Amino acid sequence: MSELNLEIDGRAVAVPPGATVMDAAVKLGIYVPHFCYHRKLSIAANCRMCLVEVERAPKPLPACATPATDGMKVRTNSAGAKSAQQGVMEFLLINHPLDCPICDQGGECQLQDLAVGYGKSASRFEEDKRVVPAKDIGPLVAAEEMSRCIQCTRCVRFGQEIAGVMELGMIHRGEHAEIVAFVGRTVDSELSGNMIDLCPVGALTSKPFRFAARTWELARRKSISPHCGLGSNLVVQVKQNRVKRVLPLENEAVNECWLSDKDRYSYEALESGERLTRPMLKDHGQWREVDWPQALERVAAELTKAAGSVGILATPHSTLEELYLAGRLAQALGGSADFRLRQSDFSGDAKRGGIPWLGMPVANLDGLDRVLVVGSFLRKDHPLLAQRLRQAAKRGCRVNVLHSVDDDWLMPIANRKIVPPSELLEALRGVNGTPIGESLRSGRNVAVLLGNFAQQHPQAAQLQAAAQALGYPIGFLGEAANSVGGYLAGLPVGGNAASALGHKALVLLNAEPELDCADPQTAGQALERAQFVVALGAFRPARDGADVLLPIAPFAETAGTFVSTEGRIQSFHPAVRPAGDARPAWKVLRVLGNLAGVAGFDYETLEQVREACLRGKDLAALLSNRIDLAASPAAPAPQGLQRIAEVPIHFADALVRRAPSLQKTRDAQPPRAWMNARLMQQLGVSAGQPVLIRQGSGEARLAAALDDRLPEGCVRVPAAHASTAGLGAMFGTLGVQAVAVGKAA
Amino acid sequence: MLSPESLRRIDREIAKYPAEHKQSAVMAALIVAQDEKGWLATETMDFVAQYLGMAPVAVYEVASFYNMYNLEPAGQYKLTVCTCLPCGLQGSLDAADHLKARLGVDFGETTADGRFTLKEGECMGACAMAPVVLVNNKKMHDYMSNAKLDALLDELRKR
Amino acid sequence: MLDYGPDAILMAGLDGANWRLADYEKRGGYEALRKLLADQVPPERVIAEVKKSALRGRGGAGFPTGLKWSFMPRQFPGAKYMVCNSDEGEPGTCKDRDLLRYNPHSVIEGMIIAGYATGSTAGYNYIHGEIWALYEQFEEAIEEARRAGYLGRDILGSAFSFEVYAHPGFGAYICGEETGLLESIEGKKGQPRFKPPFPASFGLYGKPTTVNNTETFAAVPWIMRHGGDAFLNLGRPNNGGTKLFSVTGHVARPGNYEVRLGTPFARLLEMAGGTRAGKRLKAVIPGGSSMPVLPADVMLATDMDYDSIAKAGSMLGSGAVIVMDETTCMVRALERLSYFYFEESCGQCTPCREGTGWLYRVVHRIETGRGRAEDLALLDNVSDNIAGRTICALGDAAALPVKSFLKHFRHEFEHHIEHRSCLVSGPDSEPKWGRAGAHLPPAMARAA
Ligand SMILES: Cc1cc2nc3c(=O)[nH]c(=O)nc-3n(C[C@H](O)[C@H](O)[C@H](O)COP(=O)(O)O)c2cc1C
Ligand code: SF4
Ligand code: FES
Repeated sequence: MSELNLEIDGRAVAVPPGATVMDAAVKLGIYVPHFCYHRKLSIAANCRMCLVEVERAPKPLPACATPATDGMKVRTNSAGAKSAQQGVMEFLLINHPLDCPICDQGGECQLQDLAVGYGKSASRFEEDKRVVPAKDIGPLVAAEEMSRCIQCTRCVRFGQEIAGVMELGMIHRGEHAEIVAFVGRTVDSELSGNMIDLCPVGALTSKPFRFAARTWELARRKSISPHCGLGSNLVVQVKQNRVKRVLPLENEAVNECWLSDKDRYSYEALESGERLTRPMLKDHGQWREVDWPQALERVAAELTKAAGSVGILATPHSTLEELYLAGRLAQALGGSADFRLRQSDFSGDAKRGGIPWLGMPVANLDGLDRVLVVGSFLRKDHPLLAQRLRQAAKRGCRVNVLHSVDDDWLMPIANRKIVPPSELLEALRGVNGTPIGESLRSGRNVAVLLGNFAQQHPQAAQLQAAAQALGYPIGFLGEAANSVGGYLAGLPVGGNAASALGHKALVLLNAEPELDCADPQTAGQALERAQFVVALGAFRPARDGADVLLPIAPFAETAGTFVSTEGRIQSFHPAVRPAGDARPAWKVLRVLGNLAGVAGFDYETLEQVREACLRGKDLAALLSNRIDLAASPAAPAPQGLQRIAEVPIHFADALVRRAPSLQKTRDAQPPRAWMNARLMQQLGVSAGQPVLIRQGSGEARLAAALDDRLPEGCVRVPAAHASTAGLGAMFGTLGVQAVAVGKAA
Repeated sequence: MLSPESLRRIDREIAKYPAEHKQSAVMAALIVAQDEKGWLATETMDFVAQYLGMAPVAVYEVASFYNMYNLEPAGQYKLTVCTCLPCGLQGSLDAADHLKARLGVDFGETTADGRFTLKEGECMGACAMAPVVLVNNKKMHDYMSNAKLDALLDELRKR
Repeated sequence: MLDYGPDAILMAGLDGANWRLADYEKRGGYEALRKLLADQVPPERVIAEVKKSALRGRGGAGFPTGLKWSFMPRQFPGAKYMVCNSDEGEPGTCKDRDLLRYNPHSVIEGMIIAGYATGSTAGYNYIHGEIWALYEQFEEAIEEARRAGYLGRDILGSAFSFEVYAHPGFGAYICGEETGLLESIEGKKGQPRFKPPFPASFGLYGKPTTVNNTETFAAVPWIMRHGGDAFLNLGRPNNGGTKLFSVTGHVARPGNYEVRLGTPFARLLEMAGGTRAGKRLKAVIPGGSSMPVLPADVMLATDMDYDSIAKAGSMLGSGAVIVMDETTCMVRALERLSYFYFEESCGQCTPCREGTGWLYRVVHRIETGRGRAEDLALLDNVSDNIAGRTICALGDAAALPVKSFLKHFRHEFEHHIEHRSCLVSGPDSEPKWGRAGAHLPPAMARAA
């Protein structure tokens, strides 16, 4: 169909059929005042602020909802339009508190801004104003000042349409209408913080940030999220060298205008009491603070001593530059370095066509019409990628799932196959004869995506090969901020994450092995066995396995580069100075290299490191999900109960583990041992009752919980949590035993 | 949570709508639930939400939007008198006064014995037959002279 | 015998107990449907006949029914719906109640014929909760019709299939607005939708839908039986047929009266027994509380049809004629009306949510002797800021009474403000009005 030609404020514009007057105005750069309209949400047309005059229309029409028509003539600032807008503004203000100076939203309030342009100086409303009770809707979003709400319902629509779950609603009617969560409930979505950004007034605000600063006092620094593989773009807001708040930086191609709560609130960990701010040495079992030269000399000496057997374990949340230097160090000293700490199958390492990645730009997820997601805790591992698929599903994409748990992704699922971890590979190989296969076959834009669980699976390489064999484009949902960057940095070097543990000297970069490794038990044993362990981290480790602790600057305090799961290289600067004596890890590694006499380690700037890392590399050409691997026979079914381990969203890395508000969310509740009813019955336990989990030499005591959608013979026992850190591998078998109540140890 | 009889009635309502629109039955389901329980407690709304596959807060929205749902326990008999303009012109305010005097409560109050709650209502579509009194949302009594009001109260008290 | 007046056609022959199928058939019921199906009359012909009858919607807006039906897309795969609006809650209106009570099958037959004419697959009758007994009775009537083969698959052996269901309202005036009603059937709050899209393209569950009033449907079988011309000739050009008027307020015999459109108001008033003994007529709201009030002399010179009343400065609306005699304080009357719209606003759009409460409070203030000189200008201006700027017409409904009361009875308001007392009943009178709002709901906690 041809474009519609219309005129707004005397200027001609052409828009496609289906566009609204608002779309046309936006195209012309004409600002029409609005509150309820948001380009990512459905149109409610309830605030009426965007009323404009349309030639031949008997009354003013809302620009946000009025379809553009050919030949239409619109006036957004004629006397008629202005008077309508002013009338609405007056209505909005009659019941709105006019105490902007003490409102947390002051200075960044759409209502305040527009009131200046459209409001009157004195109120004609002389009755008492409405008072709406405050609500407690959880640790992240404050609904303390609901009298400020202007009933735009953006927050409600966000839940329904973007987060996929309606947690807020508007109850009652007329003037009594108020925004609430269901009686006694909290807002638990992993995307909840976006409601704060959407709320045009000071009704929904950030609980941790509340009254911490006024917006005009804040310096704004761009940054990149260090958490999941998406690489969300951030604005880090700073006052007096402290991070006060993190907001999304709009980037349509990456995070759009959203952030996951994890990205938004993890900054709180920067001020954690567990921050490591001085280098520390252990002497005869006693920790003492030392100065940097002392610490570094000791580390360099030990590493030189262990030359030929230095293992470096870095988390994939480390920067490209850190990982690059770590790899070079391992190379020079002799040993190995890897960042894939939660992976356990490295048999694909020599068979891969390149760096595993999403296989497409993130934005293309929206356009898929068929997708199979294999082995992924999608919503919690990749909140915003899940959101993209949710939007795709809304447009008709059929989402298929092959996994070992059947969590609610808050989107329509076309077909699901839930199997024990040991059967995942067979199930994937056999997909073509199933409804999932049928579904994929009927699509035009199809992808098979492998999630964290598939990547951590003991047959990860075979899963990749099996996915490839289906004949559709495949992609990896990268676990962490630098899951692609790690490869680009040249890792793994000299082995892999498992073999690195076998070395005499171990260097931990951002890693807390009992929480970050595929098998905490083996990792723990390795630490004990090692002659020397140095931990570079931002926090004092929970477990005392090191000989030297070096305080390094985490997210927001350091510069660096992340390469996201779609292969987007994003560099960032520090937003604040490091806490205490903490130093950027790349500098620490550089000095260590120098002290250890490694040649070519004389970088002056971070840019030089980056340049050295990226020189001559064409990332696009390096990305490939091809694998050249003969199918191996399926592994024999394991004896005993299989463990299904996820990495809970707010325990995935050292930073989030220490973010207090995130730790108060429902998502951060202590892990439980989930099992289906049949298993519960077999074991003679009931929900809530404590059970003893045994795996290898370790055990954990958890509360049993019912999840009837779990496959037979499986227990879901999360990893990456202190309560399960004593257990063994994320994949494997374990024993479960009821604990007689009262005989608590 | 709800009796099998109530569930049967709700199922009958669900069957009126296309299979993918079970939510359409929420108003009827809440009516059935209220008939059984007397009012809509949080657990009741939660149950209805589960039963119909709705977000609990969406059920709450509905229950609070329509003013014949009781979000709090009411007296055994909820008497609602329409006081809208046409009814008022025809004497419904006098009828309301009569009820207030007889029951010793004002609008929005419940008698001490928990038997009667008196409510002021908006138009019930029975204006010409004013005064109208609605008993427990479902039984409409019209042309309510004081004598008929007295008889109604007596009859309800006897039940 | 129930007496709706000598002109009655929809309510003719009713005795209060003969609502059942057999009785309806005895009165010629379902003949029209039988004939349509037997003769395989093309749907367009049905619509043409309804257009010819000049039947206009009885729900309030008076939109030509045949024209509305013709908006339904003909070639549309899948479901299409015909929805009956029995949410009657406009103060003064109580005619649909009688229709459902005494002649429910006329509504069902009307819905089936409308469904046939528009190619719809199912119909819902939205019946407000206050008449629960009639909701249950209507379901019984549906069941009778279904058993007799008038509903269901291949009706009366034809290729036409159609179902009718009843859906309960439960206390929300706004669900009478057709899109609020559709939302309500979908199991949501009854918050009206922004139009366009109109229901004919995006209605119930997003499918093409037509909403008509109970009385509109009830007139359809008669039209199909006697022809569009016959119906038209009962009324006036562009105002076909008879209409049920609910006459309420200060009349000797409040009730429903069915008269030909164009009947003089004076005649209707006479049918209702005239004003109460010895009292002078003061004012009339001719079309339900949402419509502008008119002074007695204007009304007495007006005929009861859409165009005449529009010419007189009001609207026929739902046909609710609220009669007020000289004892009525117009400030108190407006106060109660304003309270109604304040109470019933759905709360979604700003001018209505905020403005209805503001209007009510100012009128309440004036009524209780706390008015200010500038209040009348304020009321006028706030009404202007609501009217025409809301999602649905409830905003207009709240504003029009205010504007018209001020226009025609300004002196009473001025008196209240100046003398802090009522022009009609004096300073010490017991209020006959205005206690509404004394019992605001709990959520209305107000700052001190
Ligand atoms: C606030 C409001 C309340 C309404 N209430 C009713 C009602 O109770 N009954 C009704 O039939 N129409 C009512 N209407 C009109 C409907 O929106 C719609 O126009 C009508 O049902 C169409 O049917 P008709 O064309 O047969 O009149 C109301 C409209 C508004 C704006
Ligand atoms: S809380 Fe904020 S976002 Fe939600 S409806 Fe109120 S003003 Fe809008
Ligand atoms: S922005 Fe258009 S009505 Fe709110």
